[in-house]
Amino acid sequence: MSIKSYRAAIREALEQEMLRDPDVILIGEDLAGGAGGGGEDDAWGGPMAVTKGLLGKFGRQRVLDTPVSEAAFMGAAVGAAAAGLRPVAELMFCDFIGVCCDQIVNQAAKYRYTFGGQDRLPLTVRTTMGAGQQLGSQHSQVLVGLFTSFAGLKVVVPSTPYDAKGLLATAIRDDDPVIFCEHRLLYRMREEVPDGSYTIPFGEARIVEEGGDVTIVALSRMVHVAAEAVHALRAEGIHCTLIDPRTTVPLDTDTIFDSVEATGRLVIVDEAGPRCGMASDIAAIVAEELFSALRAPIRRVTPPCVPVPAAPNLEKLYLPDAARVMAVVRELVQR
Amino acid sequence: MGGAGKPATEEDAALRWAYRTMQTIRCFEERLHADFAAGKVPSSVHLYAGQEASATGICAHLGEQDYFHITHRAHGPAIARGADLKAIAQEIWLRAGGLCSGKGGSPHLHDARLKLVGANGGVGSGAALACGSALATRHRGDGGVVVCLLGDGAINQGVVAESFNLAAVWSLPVVFAFENNGYAEATGTAYAIAGNDIAARGAAVGMPIARVDGADYFAVHATAGEAIARARAGGGPSLVEMQVPRFFGHYEGDAQKYRAAGEVAELRRSRDCLVAFRERVLGAGLLTAAELAGIDAKIAAEVDEAFSTAAAAAPPAAAALLSDVYAGRI
Ligand SMILES: Cc1ncc(C[n+]2csc(CCOP(=O)(O)OP(=O)(O)O)c2C)c(N)n1
Ligand SMILES: [Mg+2]
Repeated sequence: MSIKSYRAAIREALEQEMLRDPDVILIGEDLAGGAGGGGEDDAWGGPMAVTKGLLGKFGRQRVLDTPVSEAAFMGAAVGAAAAGLRPVAELMFCDFIGVCCDQIVNQAAKYRYTFGGQDRLPLTVRTTMGAGQQLGSQHSQVLVGLFTSFAGLKVVVPSTPYDAKGLLATAIRDDDPVIFCEHRLLYRMREEVPDGSYTIPFGEARIVEEGGDVTIVALSRMVHVAAEAVHALRAEGIHCTLIDPRTTVPLDTDTIFDSVEATGRLVIVDEAGPRCGMASDIAAIVAEELFSALRAPIRRVTPPCVPVPAAPNLEKLYLPDAARVMAVVRELVQR
Repeated sequence: MGGAGKPATEEDAALRWAYRTMQTIRCFEERLHADFAAGKVPSSVHLYAGQEASATGICAHLGEQDYFHITHRAHGPAIARGADLKAIAQEIWLRAGGLCSGKGGSPHLHDARLKLVGANGGVGSGAALACGSALATRHRGDGGVVVCLLGDGAINQGVVAESFNLAAVWSLPVVFAFENNGYAEATGTAYAIAGNDIAARGAAVGMPIARVDGADYFAVHATAGEAIARARAGGGPSLVEMQVPRFFGHYEGDAQKYRAAGEVAELRRSRDCLVAFRERVLGAGLLTAAELAGIDAKIAAEVDEAFSTAAAAAPPAAAALLSDVYAGRI
């Protein structure tokens, strides 16, 4: 065990999986950086410095820097996975899915099904997401709901260094295409993480806090926002269960159902807009299954239906915060 | 103007405009670099210093009816197109008075009134939009042309190849103007561009192509002028590749370890478009050193004022969060 950042935990998982399996290769823009220049190799080690040092350990055969060609390298990763490799492709910002949507959505997600189950597609797509850095509308989105909507993809949203490391190992060993969504504001988060390799099964939520009044389901960075609210509410005598699903495909509905049956109240906190996102999805699943157990309407805490603004004051208003979560929880317990 | 006692000519005015524009960009970016290092700039910025001659040499040919599509390296091109310096600075500072009301930020400078389009966050995406601008101006028959700035990195995007072909198939009045600064982020063109020849890819669809030293204002001016005139005359698309030096990192904060030691110093020494411009106009007696110094001082004051205005300006009102999503009511 040692204290590791979310960034270091992800790097360690990549390194351990590459050591474990020679068919694991990394593909992406500036994973090393420095190719074709007059300076150092591994100059960036990834746009967010996640892959720093892996070039030196595994060489350019396995750490493949790409031109700015998302459609081509994502498609190549899909093809390589179908042909037996275990590629980890990095999409620098999830917003750029727009450029390679066909490769992920029409090719990777449907490959196995379309060809009648003949193939495995052990592809991992690492991508980054989230607002809070004043990067504006094309570099700040959370598209987890979109990814979740495409049958055939598995979707991972780690909220802690420990989860990130274990879930990434699982993702790489998985025989289906997995989208692994890293929140950029979490890269510096630190906690105790085992040094050795370990996996965390998909579809097992983490119960972050336990309480009998309200169930809160939150994803990725919103887990921390919700946790802040839960702690503050405890001082007011309101006790919440906070659930981090960790993967949205597969989704651990059992854990959510068990908790909602006990509390009768559900709040979902998500960083994507309210339409067609994870908040709506989980609300619908729970409403269908547990309508009679609900003592109050299900509530969603999300940004409004607008693109992400760049100005910091607007971005702050855009993002759900603990105060908003608390206000909604208070309303629910009064009902 | 020009030499002492000479009457002002159109050519003098154009030269002064070019110098003023390039010097404004340089001063703006150098000052931004310093302010960023001092922690005064509240957003991420990609600086244009070194590349001034390219946007300036192009914009010298653009009129009201013409479109100029730009990239994330947006400040210089926006200045060259004539966008308001204070509004640019305020956008970088994410203020209500910014070009985009603080909603876009540095990589998204845009001024619809000037047909300054898009600074685009998606590498290469502007190439297709530029075809659309060209379609519109031709449809209206207003004689407009479109210049689309793209970086060397963009040449490897599929949409750029598709846009070349579409522009050629439809014979659109568009010029794809590549600023080859040697790098896309930390990766060099020698690695990323197979064949290392951007212009040749345009030639593959039958477009006229040209390669030019983008640190030479006069060369850019002549070459871009020819391509723009061809488009205006109905001669269809062209590609111009400009070799330009990039004096700062990909973005501010970039340690630039992928560059050779001394590379930037050497570029500043041998490939500074402003040094070359001054030498040329002074040598030919077109402008005087005193005039240039006067322009420099005026620009420094303007940039100072733009920055202090931006730093002191108000952020967007809270209501702005929900406005501008749709043109109409919903
Ligand atoms: C579709 C897409 N992929 C990747 C990026 C990340 N990115 C931002 S700038 C850049 C490099 C662009 O290089 P180039 O086109 O040469 O322009 P320069 O920055 O040199 O002006 C990259 C890869 C992006 N913005 N959009
Ligand atoms: Mg470049």
